[in-house]
Amino acid sequence: MSSSVEVRIPTILRPYTKNEKAVSAQGVTLSEVISSLDSNYAGLGERLLENGELRRFINIYVNDEDVRFMGGLSTPLKDGDSVTILPAVAGGCK
Amino acid sequence: MTRYESLEDSLGHTPLIGLPKLSPKSKPGAPAVRLWAKLEDRNPTGSIKDRTALAMIEAAEKSGQLKPGATILEPTSGNTGISLAMVAKVRGYKLVCVMPENTSIERTQLLKMWGAKIIYSQPAGGSNEAVRLAKEIAAEHPDWVFLYQYGNPANTLAHYNTTGPEIFADLPEITHFVAGLGTTGTLMGAGKYLREKKPDVQIIAAEPRYGEVVYGLRNLEAGFVPELYDASVLTRRFAVGAEDSVRRVRELLNIEGIFAGISTGAILHAALGIAKECVDAGKGADIAFILCDAGWKYLSTGVYDQDGDVEAIEGQLWA
Repeated sequence: MSSSVEVRIPTILRPYTKNEKAVSAQGVTLSEVISSLDSNYAGLGERLLENGELRRFINIYVNDEDVRFMGGLSTPLKDGDSVTILPAVAGGCK
Repeated sequence: MTRYESLEDSLGHTPLIGLPKLSPKSKPGAPAVRLWAKLEDRNPTGSIKDRTALAMIEAAEKSGQLKPGATILEPTSGNTGISLAMVAKVRGYKLVCVMPENTSIERTQLLKMWGAKIIYSQPAGGSNEAVRLAKEIAAEHPDWVFLYQYGNPANTLAHYNTTGPEIFADLPEITHFVAGLGTTGTLMGAGKYLREKKPDVQIIAAEPRYGEVVYGLRNLEAGFVPELYDASVLTRRFAVGAEDSVRRVRELLNIEGIFAGISTGAILHAALGIAKECVDAGKGADIAFILCDAGWKYLSTGVYDQDGDVEAIEGQLWA
């Protein structure tokens, strides 16, 4: 059974999603969700991945947690999870 | 000992305060889960950045890079600039800050009060744009001293040498350390120290998730990861939005009487999430988190009005 999740798209990638801020995607892992996104929005996958890894300046969060500290692209997803894609920027109390 | 030779000498040794009411209740028979706030607003200019600023200036003096009367240049969203401005004033340096336009009015007022010059960067792109512009200005003014908190090892060292040891001395039973992720200096420095003392300690990052304008990069290649960042120090990393941060800041005020800045709300949100996981697992925990600054600099945003609109800070760099 595939899970259905909502994926929030940052401004810079919205040209790929016809300017949709959030789109739905299917898959039981993050990797499958990215494949699902790429088949619906051609070219989006390549903006997220490079040589099968997350690009350096791309952060992906599942329910607000950074997937790099979870299972990476194998992070399991369940129905209703929220996936947020953001470019890496300087932030924080500085 | 609470007597010091000068304001600078009073840096650090900030109190670690328990949160008896906000800490979640354990299940019957299970060990306690306790939250502890390190009150970094008790530093000379009221933020954790005093540690970074003093350490960077002292390192640059020692290396001979910083000579009497020199001009210091720094990209900052406020606190580091304010800390540098105070030290620069006392030690006779000039300071030029590159700061995003969309920060609270109080930060500009404080910087000017200590005699800093401000060059504003475009709000779109947030601190990224401030860093980019500062690097450009640094190249144009080779005689200015570019301390660059995002890549200056003295920033990490300040926390390795002071913040980390202070927390460990006060809370040797620490299980989790939660701090904000900006330059990454606090997490890298204090995190490394705590891990050395206690290999199983969890180091948790809370990064502010701003409104869209801050992520408005021209292209993905304009993304930014601070040179100081070493992911291997962290156990987990959370992004916390303005709404959750403001809710937690209000809870801190209403339940424990502590008046903190907005970024502390993001850190507390992550700390409370961890605390709940520990309670659910029936495990005891001593979770120390950083209170970066107090709320004075954010009063104009209106977030302390209990009915105030959170959207007011959406386009701002609130951390």
